[in-house]
Amino acid sequence: MKYETDVVVLGGGGGGMAAAKAADKNGANVILIEREEENGGVLNQCIHNGFGIHYYRKDLTGPEFKETLQEELANTNIKILNSAFVLNVNKDKQLTFVNHKGIHEIKTKALVMATGARERHFNSLAVPGDRVAGIFTAGVAQKYINLQNLKPANSALIVGSGDIGLIMARRLHLEGIEVKGVVEILPYPGGLERNVQQCLRDYNIPLYLSHTVTRVEGNKRLSKVYVSQVDENRQVIPNTEKVFNVDALITSVGLIPLTDPVKFVETGPGFITSNTNQTSEDWIFAAGNCTVVFDLVDYVSREGEKAGKYAALYSQNQYFPEQKVKVKKGKNINILHPMYIDPNERTKLYLRVSKTFKRAEVTVEPLGIKMIEEEARPSEMIEISIKPFKDKNLKEIEVSARELG
Amino acid sequence: MIAVIGSGIVGSLIAREINKYIEDVFIFEARNGIGTGVTKGNSGIIHGGYDDTPGSLRSELCYKGNKLYDEISQELSVEVKRVGSHVVALNEDELKAIDELEERAIQNGVKEYEILDKVELLEMEPNLNKSALKSFYCPIAGVTEPWEVAMQATKSVEINGGKVLKNKKLVEVKKKDNKFELFFEDGSSYIADLVINVAGLYADEVAKLFGDEVPYIFPVKGEYYLLGKDIKYANAVIFPTPSKLTKGCLVVPTVDGGYLAGPTAHGVKSKQDLSTTQEGLLEVREKSLRLVPTLDFSRNVIKTFAGLRPETKEKDFHIDVGGGNVIHVSGIRSPGLTAAPAIAKYVVEYLIQEKLHINLQKRKNYIGQIEKVPHLVEKDYDYWERVIQEDPDAGEMICYCNKITKKEIKEAIKNGARTLDDVKFATRASFGECQGSFCIPKILKIISEETGLKPEEVLQNEKGSWIINSEVRAI
Repeated sequence: MKYETDVVVLGGGGGGMAAAKAADKNGANVILIEREEENGGVLNQCIHNGFGIHYYRKDLTGPEFKETLQEELANTNIKILNSAFVLNVNKDKQLTFVNHKGIHEIKTKALVMATGARERHFNSLAVPGDRVAGIFTAGVAQKYINLQNLKPANSALIVGSGDIGLIMARRLHLEGIEVKGVVEILPYPGGLERNVQQCLRDYNIPLYLSHTVTRVEGNKRLSKVYVSQVDENRQVIPNTEKVFNVDALITSVGLIPLTDPVKFVETGPGFITSNTNQTSEDWIFAAGNCTVVFDLVDYVSREGEKAGKYAALYSQNQYFPEQKVKVKKGKNINILHPMYIDPNERTKLYLRVSKTFKRAEVTVEPLGIKMIEEEARPSEMIEISIKPFKDKNLKEIEVSARELG
Repeated sequence: MIAVIGSGIVGSLIAREINKYIEDVFIFEARNGIGTGVTKGNSGIIHGGYDDTPGSLRSELCYKGNKLYDEISQELSVEVKRVGSHVVALNEDELKAIDELEERAIQNGVKEYEILDKVELLEMEPNLNKSALKSFYCPIAGVTEPWEVAMQATKSVEINGGKVLKNKKLVEVKKKDNKFELFFEDGSSYIADLVINVAGLYADEVAKLFGDEVPYIFPVKGEYYLLGKDIKYANAVIFPTPSKLTKGCLVVPTVDGGYLAGPTAHGVKSKQDLSTTQEGLLEVREKSLRLVPTLDFSRNVIKTFAGLRPETKEKDFHIDVGGGNVIHVSGIRSPGLTAAPAIAKYVVEYLIQEKLHINLQKRKNYIGQIEKVPHLVEKDYDYWERVIQEDPDAGEMICYCNKITKKEIKEAIKNGARTLDDVKFATRASFGECQGSFCIPKILKIISEETGLKPEEVLQNEKGSWIINSEVRAI
């Protein structure tokens, strides 16, 4: 079949659904494509609460957050295509996708990429040892337990204290799987403080900071995990080895933005966008974890809405930025989004500092913006709102952080 | 009945060769998967045949095997990419090795080679270490997926009336007149007129069961890194100059677009030790970076693994008749994969027909051409569209990284896949950069639905490699 539309949204998670909603609201014909049978992405398996506090001003579970968005979509003319896998996006604004009915083409005016992220796999860390069953990414373990009612372990060690790792520690514990600890290579937890409290301390699950897995062992199925302490350069400290007898290792060692199948726009490694979510290809917009990995779905949906709005305006020839101001990473900034600013529009800047601070001062110069952040850590994103600054005639602004003495 | 012990690439190709004459061929595989021993854990290279010790059985069979891969590729529908290979000299000392290789190539009758100077070499391989001086270039060298060859060869045997039985570990042999009675660990037994022992690492132990002595086999471990497809490192296989012991640590473009770096070569005690080690992985990084300095071991790694080669003191293949109608095919170390099709012919045409005087007649009803389940994403859209109209599963994507549809997975299960690794090696699903994070729970479900196995019974590979313990709660 051949389709024609104003805006295609690729990905039906928290970002894509919000993008489709906003594009529709701004007068565009919208097709939303999701490769799974159901929309929602990872929200479907995140049955814990903590979603929607910023976006809906309500504390929801993942499925509830999804349902709320889904209901908003139900009252629109958005065409939703599920179980549809996009094979190709070309520069002539054509997409090819496959589903159980065949191979189809879509001609569009604008595209929103909301393809999310994938989990970094333990295998890519090249940890020595046996090749055994029983090593799962946190997402896979979560899918088995929450969606398929399958228990993949009797006892487990968790590596990586990102939010998914912390949430899974609690989940496994509550389902009767003995969680012997969470191992984190950094000297501070990778996830939100509220999750450290609610998922580990509340259940007496030990957190081993500055520790790393050095070896996995087992005969066909995992039986032992070797862990050692590391110094500030992440080098193993001799004679600090601990052995955990577990039959599962659950890994939460980072997310990697997914940009497939778009190969021809600027990435690093996710899509690099402006404050209006425009990429280096002016008809392609991107939002959510396929740009940078966000702390909360609330931010992802907010970004998605923005991307949907500007994509809709672009498709109706109502949005053409005259100028793009580069946002430069200054001192102690690790992650920064967006990387460009259309100074006619407002900006929500997201950043991660590159180390921990007791009291950090974050500045945006030469705009003269200064913010004080107590206990700033790389694992908690910092948000800065910037008003339009077209009259200032700038080519570049710089964001940096420093410790306040 | 003709019994072939072992379903590795050599065993399965021998079984296929015999099957061209005799229908009643049985392959007995000790493991729970086809080609999952030595065949699975090596570089997958079809060597040029220029460098084996002249006069050895290796040199006799390697070059012949290389040539036979055109036929294998066509008849078994397996991919063989003749990407060529360079043996690269990085300094004055190593130049000597290039001269020696040329001498050997001449002695081995290999004409397909060129000595390339620095400019030509770097033009062909721009990512190579810039201090490269010369290369011994062999355009007929290539890569394949050895387990795929084994799987297609065993499929050929099944299509032509033979049997392929897994989990059949040979534990005892009794001689009965001119025949052998074979006893397996599971309690079953079979009577065979002729036995071919192709038990890889265990060929020496199997030979003993027949009362025969073949050179003692010791396992030599090779550790590897598998790197992703998104960075281009090399067009051809890149070798360092060889040492007396090994061909060294290489950089290999794999059939599906990724790269292998490795292997190491260290003797280990256990024939089951497939663990990677800190030292081994470090050695691979250091040595392969010397050849291709752009290899990105921090961000482009998919996985690491190790394989074992069956090495003997003699460093040559030992392929001969034992006491009675049994042939031992042992010591099949490098370049065993390359030689495999030639070994199959050597066993059938020379050992069986000439040495054992068994007269064989080609079968009239033999089917030579074996089709493979097509990888739909590689087909043109019109073809794919037609397949979807017949079977909607062909339009459901399961593995997002390598783009494998539900139809392809179900076909693999129809062809005998029962474990996650069976499906992985038959289809490449879960082989990509996400290593199955998106598709493995789905594949487990599909195996369970299609075979009636409970999720708890679906294994990663061998017995004991369980994935699911139980239901979370009874419904």
